[in-house]
Amino acid sequence: MQFGVFSVSDITPDPTTGRTPTEAERLQAVLRIAEKTEEVGLDVFALGEHHNPPFFSSSPTTTLGYVAGRTQRLQLSTATTLITTNDPVKIAEDYAMLQHLAGGRVDLTLGRGNTGPVYPWFGQDIRQGLPLAVENYALLRRLWDEDVVDWEGRFRTPLQGFTSTPRPLDGVAPFVWHGSIRSPEIAEQAAYYGDGFFHNHIFWPADHTRRMVDFYRRRYQHHGHGDADQSIVGLGGQVFVRKNSQDAVREFRPYFDNAPVYGHGPSLEDFTRETPLTVGSPQEVIDRTLGFREYVGDYQRQLFLIDHAGLPLKTVLEQLDILGEEVVPVLRREFAARKPAHVPDAPTHASLVAARTTPLEVVA
Amino acid sequence: MSTRTLAVVSAGLATPSSTRLLADRLTDATVAALREHGVDVGVEVVELREHARDLADHLVTGFPNAALRPVLDTVAGADGLIAVTPIFSASYSGLFKTFVDVLDREALDGAPVLLGATAGTARHQLALDHAMRPLFAYLHAAVVPTAVFAASEDWGAGGATGELGARIDRAGAELAAAIAARPAAGPADPFDDVPDFTALLSR
Repeated sequence: MQFGVFSVSDITPDPTTGRTPTEAERLQAVLRIAEKTEEVGLDVFALGEHHNPPFFSSSPTTTLGYVAGRTQRLQLSTATTLITTNDPVKIAEDYAMLQHLAGGRVDLTLGRGNTGPVYPWFGQDIRQGLPLAVENYALLRRLWDEDVVDWEGRFRTPLQGFTSTPRPLDGVAPFVWHGSIRSPEIAEQAAYYGDGFFHNHIFWPADHTRRMVDFYRRRYQHHGHGDADQSIVGLGGQVFVRKNSQDAVREFRPYFDNAPVYGHGPSLEDFTRETPLTVGSPQEVIDRTLGFREYVGDYQRQLFLIDHAGLPLKTVLEQLDILGEEVVPVLRREFAARKPAHVPDAPTHASLVAARTTPLEVVA
Repeated sequence: MSTRTLAVVSAGLATPSSTRLLADRLTDATVAALREHGVDVGVEVVELREHARDLADHLVTGFPNAALRPVLDTVAGADGLIAVTPIFSASYSGLFKTFVDVLDREALDGAPVLLGATAGTARHQLALDHAMRPLFAYLHAAVVPTAVFAASEDWGAGGATGELGARIDRAGAELAAAIAARPAAGPADPFDDVPDFTALLSR
């Protein structure tokens, strides 16, 4: 099982000091967080894509390319890559480039984006979000899987004899996860292609995640990719951890109370009960995270959100130390002990290359 | 006798509340009229005051908490709805509108609905037609022709045999007829309607 962190790249005032980091500071902080993620022994760093303040990450492949050069084994991913407003040709090119630079340590999570004004900035319309996700991904698949593509669709100019370069490393495209909070159609899309399904999980009740994942798993089996429990599932999670539970709650509360998304609403205690947010000791984080398996089954990837709501870099790096030393080693052991042998690990470049069936073998 | 569910939403804030009083009268009239149609009905009353904080949390977080979820499910899954609000500042109360705002868009699609409102004076009665009806038209609800307004003075005007009582009986009979004429509502499952991906691809 893979463990890692994901960042949405928000630039948020620290409510305890009132100070907002500059773009430059926050960008450098995220680079440091990514490197630290590898140093403490976690597996994955994923970065969001946004095209409006207060976020900085408009170009995740640039950032991840830098991180690739500074790390050796860290898997680089996104949370999410916008399949609606990006030209699928550019996604095919950018992520194949990144895949080569990173020696294959790349996958990506596709999402639609829920900010209405972003769509027209890129010549699109949020009301077409679902058809865009369907058509653009169908094209992206072909651009990676076929050397020469003739194509015509609704949303971009046709392609005649187009070859997306560079070709995917070793002829194997980056693994794709499809992220959706509440659209069963996207779970259906992931199932249809036999791709991974990533549920953001945070900020929402567990029962909602359970139903979405269950639907994806059933449809994965329906589309003939394997048994339902062999489908590829990733989950988000949000934690704040200190040695003592009371210290964690006391320190995190002002960040919670003022956070984007849920601040000024339910209490920390209410929200912890209603959603996967866990604020407490390493053991509490371990117990809660192991509990996710109870309602989604054995899954392949767990990403934690640890750097939002204005938390200072020093605190985030301390969180990574605790995760790396006290939480994730236990989770690795416990999840592995529970996972049946027929449930696969998350695909990596190496596993996809090994599993590749060449056209010659198909004929034979 | 077939069994149906009648949801009753009252946005009254005081205890006792004239809004709840009107809701109860409308409920009794509807249940009695349904019985004449041979329909047995289970009544689920929702006092929005008890969910004021849950509703505010929903606005902020985007999801209903564990206390609110079953309430929304009850209203969405009911065979008919009685919705009663006090009139504040020329319209339904903010609490009432917040509840409507967090309902699923399809929750009341085609559902028989009886509207009621209360206020201190009769000068507010057109709020039923100018505010409540358009709101439920937006939700594609099947609002019955008679909506019932009760001002303070109505409660002393001849009791059950007076003008208010007659309106309540007529409205209850209309809602009962609408409920009896429809097949029983089933629980909605958003995963039932997802098209196969090949259909999505060929659109």
